Amino acid sequence: MSLGALALVLLGLTAITFAMTRMRANAFASGARPRDVHSRPAYHAVRAGLLALVPALFLLLVWLVIGDGIVADRTLDQLPQAAQPEAGIERQAFLTEMRSVARGDLPAAFNPAVNEAVPIYRETQASWTWLIGGLVVLLALIGGGYGWLKTAPDLRARTHVERFATIILALASLIAILTTFGIVLSLLYESLDFFSRVNPLEFIFGTHWSPQTAIRADQVGSSGAFGAVPLFWGTIFIGAIIAMAVAVPLGLMSAIFLTQYARPTARKILKPLLEILAGVPTVVYGYFAALTVAPAVRDAAIAIGIDSASSESALAAGVVMGIMIIPFVSSMADDALSSVPGAMRDGSLAMGATPSETIKKVLVPAALPGIVGGILLAVSRAIGETMIVVMAAGQAARLTINPLDSVTTVTAQIVQLLTGDQEFDSAKTLSAFALGLVLFVVTLLLNIYALAIVKRYREAYE
Amino acid sequence: MTSADVARTGTVDWRSAQMQARIRKRYAKERRFRFLGLGALVFAAGFLLFLLTTIVSDGIGGFQRAEVPLDIEYSATTLGLDPAQMSGDGADYAINRADFRSLVNAAAEAQLGTSEMISEGAWLDVRDRLRGDPSLLGSRERVWVVAAPEVDLLAKGQISFDVPAQRRAVSQEMINQYVVLNDRGDVQLSLNTGFLTKADSTSSELAGIWGALLGSLLTMAITLALSFPIGVMTAVYLEEYAPRNRFTDMIEVSINNLAAVPSIIFGLLGLSVFLNTFGMPRSAPVVGGVTLALMTLPVIVIASRVSLQSVPPSIRDAALGIGASRLQVILHHILPVALPGILTGTIIGLSRALGETAPLLLIGMRAFVSDVPGGVTDPATALPVQIFLWSDEVGRGFVEKTSAAIMVLLAVLLSMNGVAIYLRNKFERRW
Repeated sequence: MSLGALALVLLGLTAITFAMTRMRANAFASGARPRDVHSRPAYHAVRAGLLALVPALFLLLVWLVIGDGIVADRTLDQLPQAAQPEAGIERQAFLTEMRSVARGDLPAAFNPAVNEAVPIYRETQASWTWLIGGLVVLLALIGGGYGWLKTAPDLRARTHVERFATIILALASLIAILTTFGIVLSLLYESLDFFSRVNPLEFIFGTHWSPQTAIRADQVGSSGAFGAVPLFWGTIFIGAIIAMAVAVPLGLMSAIFLTQYARPTARKILKPLLEILAGVPTVVYGYFAALTVAPAVRDAAIAIGIDSASSESALAAGVVMGIMIIPFVSSMADDALSSVPGAMRDGSLAMGATPSETIKKVLVPAALPGIVGGILLAVSRAIGETMIVVMAAGQAARLTINPLDSVTTVTAQIVQLLTGDQEFDSAKTLSAFALGLVLFVVTLLLNIYALAIVKRYREAYE
Repeated sequence: MTSADVARTGTVDWRSAQMQARIRKRYAKERRFRFLGLGALVFAAGFLLFLLTTIVSDGIGGFQRAEVPLDIEYSATTLGLDPAQMSGDGADYAINRADFRSLVNAAAEAQLGTSEMISEGAWLDVRDRLRGDPSLLGSRERVWVVAAPEVDLLAKGQISFDVPAQRRAVSQEMINQYVVLNDRGDVQLSLNTGFLTKADSTSSELAGIWGALLGSLLTMAITLALSFPIGVMTAVYLEEYAPRNRFTDMIEVSINNLAAVPSIIFGLLGLSVFLNTFGMPRSAPVVGGVTLALMTLPVIVIASRVSLQSVPPSIRDAALGIGASRLQVILHHILPVALPGILTGTIIGLSRALGETAPLLLIGMRAFVSDVPGGVTDPATALPVQIFLWSDEVGRGFVEKTSAAIMVLLAVLLSMNGVAIYLRNKFERRW
């Protein structure tokens, strides 16, 4: 019996319980006075249906998660001692091969022991599936039967169903907390492992980054160097300096034009246009930066006499990233400008100031905290941006203030370290998690600080 | 009139030439400022236009491919096929074992002079023709087969004859042969059906986008199935049930922070938790889907909460007043009214997830996958990852493939956002 069929049987049992309980509840509800019956028939039916479904479904899900492991263990136990694979990778390979043969993906395995194990595996799987299937059906019958028997006019079915729904909703909202904890714990766990091998001070203050660990211990630079300062600088240089030099003036000016000058019809056309810019996937920007902008930047640099310009430059990545951030800065500035009380603007205009003078001397200073908060949020988004820098900024970790040089960033290095061949235990791989932790903490602090500024400023005007 | 005069007399002669000049200057400044604002928007729009035209003009060729004709004789002896085998269960197996490659290469050498003019995978189409119609065995027919990538470039006019021969990436012999063929009318550009129906390949003329698109769709299905119900339930709990306490605050802070966490961090989470701790399969859409679901969740929760908040309290009060339970109020009255807003937020969240690349790279969805995935646990790649992979390829032919893949991705995103805007305009109610 397959799991799909089992799930169908379970749903069928639930439906039968639902229908039968509903009939029973209808029978006593139709003749009785309303005050004698606590809940409507539908509530009785839902309650009994849930009693049939939930425990059985829980068992089924648990089996879905751990079942394959148990079947594999039992199969290996039945094999003769000599044919049993050793623990670790060999066992993994053995099981993978066995499963794909059993599923029919492979006609036969390369390992003869696997071929012997396959019939045993099939048999074990079948018997366990029957056992679990029987238990599931039994649980559904017991739960459904209990619910059906208990159905009575004074049963508080509605209260029970409502309470169940509340619990489910509360459980769903726990996922967000679990995700946060999952992120923090997994980053911390792997980072601590990394810091037990590499001195944290070297990581934070070291200026030499070359994570390639050599294969032989006596090779030069076998330990790798994990000074992350060049990465931090590259990230700040591209994300917080070059990108912001593009995004802040352009975003601010477009927000000013949209909120203060544009007629409603023009605003209706121009604003979605900006939003399209925000909706283009970053990989598209990365491709464009690498293929069109970077060569153009290099050619321009060579044309004005800078011969050393590289084809992967911080400038190309930063400018494209800045353009990507424009809509974000613009919408934050838009919010900040429109929450300045109208009286301030009207007062300034009434005194004879032109609109631009009002904007420069009244609106922008009044909205400044909100704008600065928005810019900080934009910075946090820019330093977490990955694809543009991976594709256009290069992999050379160096400390430079020349925007035509290739630099690398934290995110680009994480991708570099974790793709391709990797053994999970090396300092090289683990360093990606340490970089991730730094990135997580910095963006988190930036966000908290920026949101606090924006909030305080909003309160000041309310 | 100087400022000292103003201070002394307390009046200003606004009509004096000096004041007129000052006002003219201020108005000029005003116009300049306004022009600057418009300029910023025009720049942004111009960049968008430039980006789109570059990609479309690069990518439009990716939907076409060059083909050359070959007279193929489906000879049973050359193929090593027995006509008796061609029916029944063994037919597929027999055809898979037959040597189509040398058959097609021999035909190309005889008719075109060299097998270099046709694609390495040209025999695949010939095989599929025979599989579709086994009665062809023993007969002769003229088949248009996929041309080599160099011919493809030549036929699309992407090789300039002005550059010196050694920088042309196509040998002179190839060009001569192409010219001969072209003069005979034996090169045609036709719709690249393989691009829309096949998966990745190492040769640009055979590479298709369908595998990656299907991988993306499977991933999105998982993402939607997880993040939509959980997101809506979380939003309902926070808006309708949750008491104001520290626990609720913690949930809210978590959601707001998750919305701002860089996407690559979710990739790290997926790698260390789903792959290394739970041992889920690498490169599988199910892992990608779960990872992206966690990333999309806060977007859906925030959009749903805004939508739930905009339902007027009078609806809630009226339903409660006539004896509906809390659950009935939510299911019968509040959710139906809030649903368009929730759906719009969901589509926006999903379209962000669809364009996301970095987390998928970390959980291994960058593997070279030449099969169309058959399920959520099969190795697969996703559309944006495919774009990234092709952009790294050295072959010239992949440039137009990458742009064509971007066009497909943008078309999917555009249609999703179109649906979102339609929903918003059709069902949005102002109270």
